[in-house]
Amino acid sequence: MNFTLKVWRQRSPNAKGQIETYEAQDIPADASFLEMLDIVNERIVEGGGEPIHFDHDCREGICGMCSLTINGIPHGKDSGITTCQLHMRKFSDGDTIFIEPFRARAFPILRDLVVDRSAFDRIIAAGGFISVRTGSAVEANSLPVPKDDADASFDAAACIGCGACVAACKNASAMLFVGAKAAHLNLLPQGKPEKDRRALAMVRQMDAEGFGNCTNQYECEAVCPKSISATVIAKLNRDYTVASVKEAVC
Amino acid sequence: MLMDNRKMNALGKACCQFWHSSIGKKIVVAVTGLMLVGFLIGHVAGNLLMFQGRDAMNGYAQFLHHFAHGWGIWFARIGLLAAFVLHIVATVALVRRNRAARASRYECDATVQASRGSRIMIWSGLTILAFLVFHILHFTVRIDPGLASLQDADYAAAHGGEARHDTFAMVMRGFQNPLVSLFYIVGVTLLCSHLSHGVASIFQTLGLRGKHSERAIQRLGWVVAIAIWAGFLSVPVTIVTRLKKDSGAAATTAVSPRAPATARR
Repeated sequence: MNFTLKVWRQRSPNAKGQIETYEAQDIPADASFLEMLDIVNERIVEGGGEPIHFDHDCREGICGMCSLTINGIPHGKDSGITTCQLHMRKFSDGDTIFIEPFRARAFPILRDLVVDRSAFDRIIAAGGFISVRTGSAVEANSLPVPKDDADASFDAAACIGCGACVAACKNASAMLFVGAKAAHLNLLPQGKPEKDRRALAMVRQMDAEGFGNCTNQYECEAVCPKSISATVIAKLNRDYTVASVKEAVC
Repeated sequence: MLMDNRKMNALGKACCQFWHSSIGKKIVVAVTGLMLVGFLIGHVAGNLLMFQGRDAMNGYAQFLHHFAHGWGIWFARIGLLAAFVLHIVATVALVRRNRAARASRYECDATVQASRGSRIMIWSGLTILAFLVFHILHFTVRIDPGLASLQDADYAAAHGGEARHDTFAMVMRGFQNPLVSLFYIVGVTLLCSHLSHGVASIFQTLGLRGKHSERAIQRLGWVVAIAIWAGFLSVPVTIVTRLKKDSGAAATTAVSPRAPATARR
């Protein structure tokens, strides 16, 4: 298959970036999107050029490292997958494909398609944890958890922190990520004692990092590779408001 | 006393932090939005009294102006003004922050599922604001002396000459101007677009939307938006279409067959 790639190239965080055009020829239909970029990079290097820099790691959809916006949609147009799970057979021969980094003020571009997503780490460090050691896995029936809560917590815990939600949101809001990480712990008995402190700390850190605000358009939900529902944002709103009231009156 | 001051300071600090947080401002937008939707439902219900005739409409207007010895309408106006100002101030602050958060745009931009109404919220909101200023000057302040001086002759005859503003005739005459009706239709249609996203967003922002209720809430948003749109537009559309049909002969009695003939000009 042959493609025309329009790729964002930027030499350094403060350099001016621009779209550059590459011809990707004779690409196997079964190559993944990242393998296609590997092939293009090999040819660029053979020609003495600077390869396209992009993030990747596990290449099996669980690490959350790949971070490309493909034709304006983070991880491409197919739902429920990461970029590394996207295959070239999903495109048509001769397509022009725009490849850009995740764009958000809180995700500064380091080089080409590589962005700094350490803002997510700082949000987790602010409250996305349980302070006490919960020990080894105990016998399941010793700590009963309602099935609905367990399922909802598990769904939220599926978040891999890739940042596609931020990239897709026109406001660069991180509320799906923060909502998922907070809901994951707030729904479980182990996380409930720190629920209020967690909600306040994570939202305040999210604001401090310069993320935008959710306007309930649910673009984040549509591109999330783990199909996390935006209802976790509703829960975060509720948890934060309750925690704020308690903080004000207690 | 020292303890009280400390508590007050802590309360003030917590309120400030809540207002300055992203979720705090969103909650303010949602609560004030809920108040404004409640007002709109009451307003549209009142407007529909036009179909009951002159006495029902004018009696309703009189009730509003005399409720709680005339203080009721001012409490409502001040409350609505406060809600409206807070709604706009919080929204503008959120929009500015959102634009700063996404400083650079995609060369190839795409939308996956955001509705058209949700993408023009700030523009529909600002147009509604412009429409509202005109609407208040037109029907509340009544800057047109011809509308302000209309008196309900039937009421005066039945109540020993007691004066009552003829709201029914004011609405009839106000919508006879096609430009006024057109602006009204555009304003109310944008209001419907605003509500189609806004009503469902209230539930999401207040944390009342869950996996089992998300579809029902989305539908409720559309039902409320369309019901308010249809209710508001029914009056000017009926007036304009009847006027055209009757060629203005019985212009001011066109909406309701029960309207007394004294409204004829």
